[in-house]
Amino acid sequence: MYLGRVVGCVVSTMKDANLAGQRLLIVQPLTPRLESTGKRQICTDCTGAGAGELVYWCKGKESSFPFLPVEVPTDSTIVEIVDSVESC
Amino acid sequence: MILARVVGSVVATRKDPRLEGKTLLILKPISPDGKDEPGYVISVDTVSAGFRETVLAVSGSSARMAQGCKDTPVDSTIVGIVDTISLDT
Repeated sequence: MYLGRVVGCVVSTMKDANLAGQRLLIVQPLTPRLESTGKRQICTDCTGAGAGELVYWCKGKESSFPFLPVEVPTDSTIVEIVDSVESC
Repeated sequence: MILARVVGSVVATRKDPRLEGKTLLILKPISPDGKDEPGYVISVDTVSAGFRETVLAVSGSSARMAQGCKDTPVDSTIVGIVDTISLDT
């Protein structure tokens, strides 16, 4: 799982039927010190995260598990909204 | 998921029978602000995307969860055509 910040959103009308109703957010991956790192990702969201929020997201097939029994074709999903980060 | 632009198509006659009837498109990954990113991806199209359209592509084993791709040997599928992208500045 990775830290990230919500920096935007994507709107798509013509999409896979199982993606209907899913929010597609643009997430900028962050280091534990909250510096930007790597490419921005398009993530589905199961937490109701909003613009500018610090989130935790996961990659891979596991990212479709929060939406079961619907098989949502997604490879990255926001799974937590972060309250605070402590890094040494 | 990645954002990408459709830049071409691939035709294959000899292929796995489970890929028959599927459209294969060449995608150029782009960043949310529209700039090209390195590399190309060949993706199966499930939403009838056209040339130069911006699309959403899902990769890895999740690509098999798209409609009509169950148990097919694919690792990248186009699952949406993008209308708008909004970025916070």
